[in-house]
Amino acid sequence: MLDGFLALYIFMLAAFTGYEIISRVPVILHTPLMSGSNFIHGIVLVGAMIALGHARTPFEMGIGFIGVLLGAGNAAGGYVVTERMLEMFKSSKPGKGNGEAK
Amino acid sequence: MAWLQTVIDACYFLAALLFILGLKRMSSPRTARGGIVWAGFGMLLAVVATLLLPEMENRGLIIAAVLIGVAAAWWSGRRVAMTAMPQMVALYNGMGGGAAAAIGASELIGHVGDLVALNGVSAPNTYPLLPESWSALHAATVVAPLSPVALTLGVLGALIGSVSFSGSLIAFAKLQGWLDRRFVFPGQRVVNLLALAAAVAIGAVLVSGHLSLGLIGAFFGLALLFGVLMTLPIGGADMPVVISLYNAFTGLAVAFEGYVLHNEAMIIAGMVVGSAGTLLTQLMAKAMNRSLGNVLFGNFGAVAGATAQAIDGSQKPIEAADAAVMMAYAERVVIVPGYGMAVAQAQHKVWEFAQLLIARGVKVKFAIHPVAGRMPGHMNVLLAEAGVPYDLIVDMEDINPEFPATDVALVIGANDVVNPMAKTDPASPIYGMPILDVADARQVIVVKRGKGTGFAGIENALFYADNARMLYGDGQAAAGQLVSALKTLDA
Repeated sequence: MLDGFLALYIFMLAAFTGYEIISRVPVILHTPLMSGSNFIHGIVLVGAMIALGHARTPFEMGIGFIGVLLGAGNAAGGYVVTERMLEMFKSSKPGKGNGEAK
Repeated sequence: MAWLQTVIDACYFLAALLFILGLKRMSSPRTARGGIVWAGFGMLLAVVATLLLPEMENRGLIIAAVLIGVAAAWWSGRRVAMTAMPQMVALYNGMGGGAAAAIGASELIGHVGDLVALNGVSAPNTYPLLPESWSALHAATVVAPLSPVALTLGVLGALIGSVSFSGSLIAFAKLQGWLDRRFVFPGQRVVNLLALAAAVAIGAVLVSGHLSLGLIGAFFGLALLFGVLMTLPIGGADMPVVISLYNAFTGLAVAFEGYVLHNEAMIIAGMVVGSAGTLLTQLMAKAMNRSLGNVLFGNFGAVAGATAQAIDGSQKPIEAADAAVMMAYAERVVIVPGYGMAVAQAQHKVWEFAQLLIARGVKVKFAIHPVAGRMPGHMNVLLAEAGVPYDLIVDMEDINPEFPATDVALVIGANDVVNPMAKTDPASPIYGMPILDVADARQVIVVKRGKGTGFAGIENALFYADNARMLYGDGQAAAGQLVSALKTLDA
């Protein structure tokens, strides 16, 4: 069982991790990163699946179903949009993925 | 089945690891592409592991909902234009908030029976909703009612998730152009505050263990209402900051609901996004010279009508051919694109023009204001889409010292981010916002559709400056004319 303080440690360390990752990011990547982090909280899908997996009454199932639907939308939409944005970043320096830039 | 539990736990662990590594890779342009793929694998792993959880029921229903949700989002995300990215991020983020709220709702509803019984208020323990095990990952442990901490975090997560859900939907509608007006009425702040206070108060009653369907319904109704009320008065220019804030909100909500469900992957992913999103929000607000409080509670446009400085002089037009010649024989040209360029879909033509200049030996750079486009970094994405390599794109701090040595600054579709009045006119609503100092360049050419004001409706002194020339026309057409003028020059 996840006891109170152990969870608190997880919360704290995860918070610092997020802060550290973002703190040295060039502005050029702010939008993709926002979109990327938007994808990552799509993990909510897992929680919604668990909620629906434990639903007993039709009412609970309805709420769970909506939750899973929304969570799946968050995860899939976040992924597609982020991937499309990042796909386009390339350098003019020689190397693979180089466009027609001169 | 202990081994299965171990496998599932390992999957969640790997997923959390992949999320963090993925996000890390996404923070550098060279590895960014791989980053999202890593995170995607993590998500896949977590979803499959969840389906394998032994005590799960309704698997058919779950798979159906996942497939529908994924298909709809995948389809919409594939076909949406790059200019519409900000509102799509808002939409998907709202969905995440809604999912977190739904988890909270189903947790609360599922415990209506046992908690009331716990308080001795009603009914024997035979309540049909009493679950065998709500602690999904720990099916073996004894069933316990939600601990006070779990209940508190569950309610808090539901509140934040609901606000993020309805708020993001309003933000989406605004950026999509479905909601043009800003809804402002006297006493708005008081009404908003009352809605929030009422939601929090009912939340506190829920936390104290008095769970009833009526209270739960009222709680969610008020939380959703507050999200709407809070977002309605915020103007379009501030929307990116708000979306980023709601992104952080959803992260927090996910982390809290993760605690309730004993799912460490949710806690870690949610918390990482919660803090990263908060920092990102601050960076954006700073780039726009607005404090977060100002964005949320100050009404931007309200000041715009106030006494602005009168501007002397007139706008001086220039022909595309002359402008092209001017740049063809320049040594250094800096192109300053704005959202107007993207709306006109002119970025491909502009890049074609830049390539012609580069072929002539002109040093061309693209200068990007932190809030060019609709979000920080949005313009980089739009330029990247047109094929502009990222090493030709320069941030504001790096390009500003170079303007005095620049022969021609070509401003295309940008307005407020090059407005010198942000430095000179304390009455201007954008006063204090850092700008690109294009006026320092020897010549400035401004491509603009007409003589009107920009997105924020503010007059721009740059257009009247002595070294500025106006090239009137739609961004796409003007860029096309520049390209053909340059080609005739070469022929």
